[in-house]
Amino acid sequence: MLISLVLVLIMLAGIIVITVYKGAPAFTLSMLIETPKGGYYLGKEGGIANAIVGSLFLAIGASFCSILIAIPVAFGLQKEYTGWRFASFTKLVLDVLWGTPSIVYGAFGFVIMVYFGLRASLLGGIIVLTLLMLPIMVRSMEEVIRTIPLELKEISYALGTTRIETTIAVVLRQALPGIVTAVLLAFGRGIGDAASILFTAGYTDYIPQSLFDPVASLPLAVFFQIGTPIPEVQERAYASALVLLLIVLFVSVVSRLLSHKFSKNIVR
Amino acid sequence: MDSRRFKDSFSTISIRLSLIFVNAIAFTIAVILFIKAKPIIAKTTLTHLLFSTSWHPIRGDFGFFPFIIGTLEVTAIAMILAVPVCLLSAIYLSEYAHTRFRAFVRLVVDILAGIPSVIYGLCGVIAIVPLVRILGQSLGSPTTGYSLLAGGIILAIMVAPVIISVALEVFRTIPHAARENSLALGITTWEMIKHVILRSSLHGIIAAIVLGFARAFGETIAVLMVVGNVAKVPRSLFDPAYPLPALIANNYGEMMSIPLYDSALMFSALLLMVVVGGFSLAAHLTLLKIERRGYT
Repeated sequence: MLISLVLVLIMLAGIIVITVYKGAPAFTLSMLIETPKGGYYLGKEGGIANAIVGSLFLAIGASFCSILIAIPVAFGLQKEYTGWRFASFTKLVLDVLWGTPSIVYGAFGFVIMVYFGLRASLLGGIIVLTLLMLPIMVRSMEEVIRTIPLELKEISYALGTTRIETTIAVVLRQALPGIVTAVLLAFGRGIGDAASILFTAGYTDYIPQSLFDPVASLPLAVFFQIGTPIPEVQERAYASALVLLLIVLFVSVVSRLLSHKFSKNIVR
Repeated sequence: MDSRRFKDSFSTISIRLSLIFVNAIAFTIAVILFIKAKPIIAKTTLTHLLFSTSWHPIRGDFGFFPFIIGTLEVTAIAMILAVPVCLLSAIYLSEYAHTRFRAFVRLVVDILAGIPSVIYGLCGVIAIVPLVRILGQSLGSPTTGYSLLAGGIILAIMVAPVIISVALEVFRTIPHAARENSLALGITTWEMIKHVILRSSLHGIIAAIVLGFARAFGETIAVLMVVGNVAKVPRSLFDPAYPLPALIANNYGEMMSIPLYDSALMFSALLLMVVVGGFSLAAHLTLLKIERRGYT
């Protein structure tokens, strides 16, 4: 059994090791800062700044929209806002949405965009990523909110507060580290997802100037670059993957640190 | 008091609306996919769509069988590779491991569960495909390495965190008293594991497996990069395959130009959503029941 565990750990560690090992050689500062000049995909000058900035735009935009919806939903799943039946039903629906493959979201997003006459753009990518991130955020937030002791809320209600006052003053404050973790978790998932933005965000060599411009993203940058037969470009694919990995790991570590830091005010 | 009451009513209504909105989103996705898939279901019969092996979109002939079989086979391989290893790992973590070690591994598994699938695909192309090529050629089959086996291996690594973490959660719900009572009766640790843990958490383990299956079924990018993408029913482990998600991802460009192609692809998306959704639903309902009862 220990062997199985070690095997799993080796496989997973191997992923990181391979990416770092292959990505480090091509990982230069100019890669991070410049956008691709002409002929980048044929091995000429430039960098992947378009993809890095694009991914950040997409993920931050989608996180923002997703938070706007996820927080009310997570609050609403408490007992004081909805009955048990509707809450359970919604939770099941959210679980199904959580498990839905991201390509389905991409296909749905594509249909919606065609219907509204949008082209592959930053806006399209944000919409689809919001849909993708929403179940992840709500699920994590809801788990945290559920751990808040009932007595805290009852004390608050006994003092004569309304539901929303208790929710903001007590629940939100207690659950804040968990909510931050949930947001960062969804952010990490959203920034790395390729299937959903494959047809909805497009790809470009430039940094988008408006919501309706197509936008490049790191996962797609890796995907397209590895597909070329030119070795220099493939090297760049490894470097882009390394950048993506570093961002995701950074977000993961930061979320853990923040949740420890915010936990000071929590009643356990 | 009135303004407070107004704020409360207003926010309660907004919160309830957001709940309805979320349900509506799920419903809308399913409905719209169905509407877009309807033309092709109307034109060819469902049995032809699901079981025919001829795939010629230009002629309007859409037989999804190779893709369905490809998806099922690559997922099955991933499950066969992942489940024993992950279950044993979870058992080790839950029963034998030191608390700190368990926390460390959980941390590692959680972090690794967040790694984007393109990176898994990349590592698959760099490391797994050559391995499979060497293996396949030494066994005599002319393979490029881009095959079912490569897809299965990559998927197995991807679903490992899911299976391990769900299995650990399920093992945690078994009360310590059950373990201690059985050990006090004199059985060995392995017997205790077999009779107490595995037997009582069987439903939970199945749920963990099903959740892993659902994740593997719908995974697109990583599999796309290693599986070969040839629209034929794979005859051996070393043949390329073409799972459904890869089909949608590869062909969205031609979707709008060939008639009925977009409907066919939406049909595959719908199929994916229904299958994965159905499995997820069953698994989550089971896990809910386990949670509520404390242990099965």
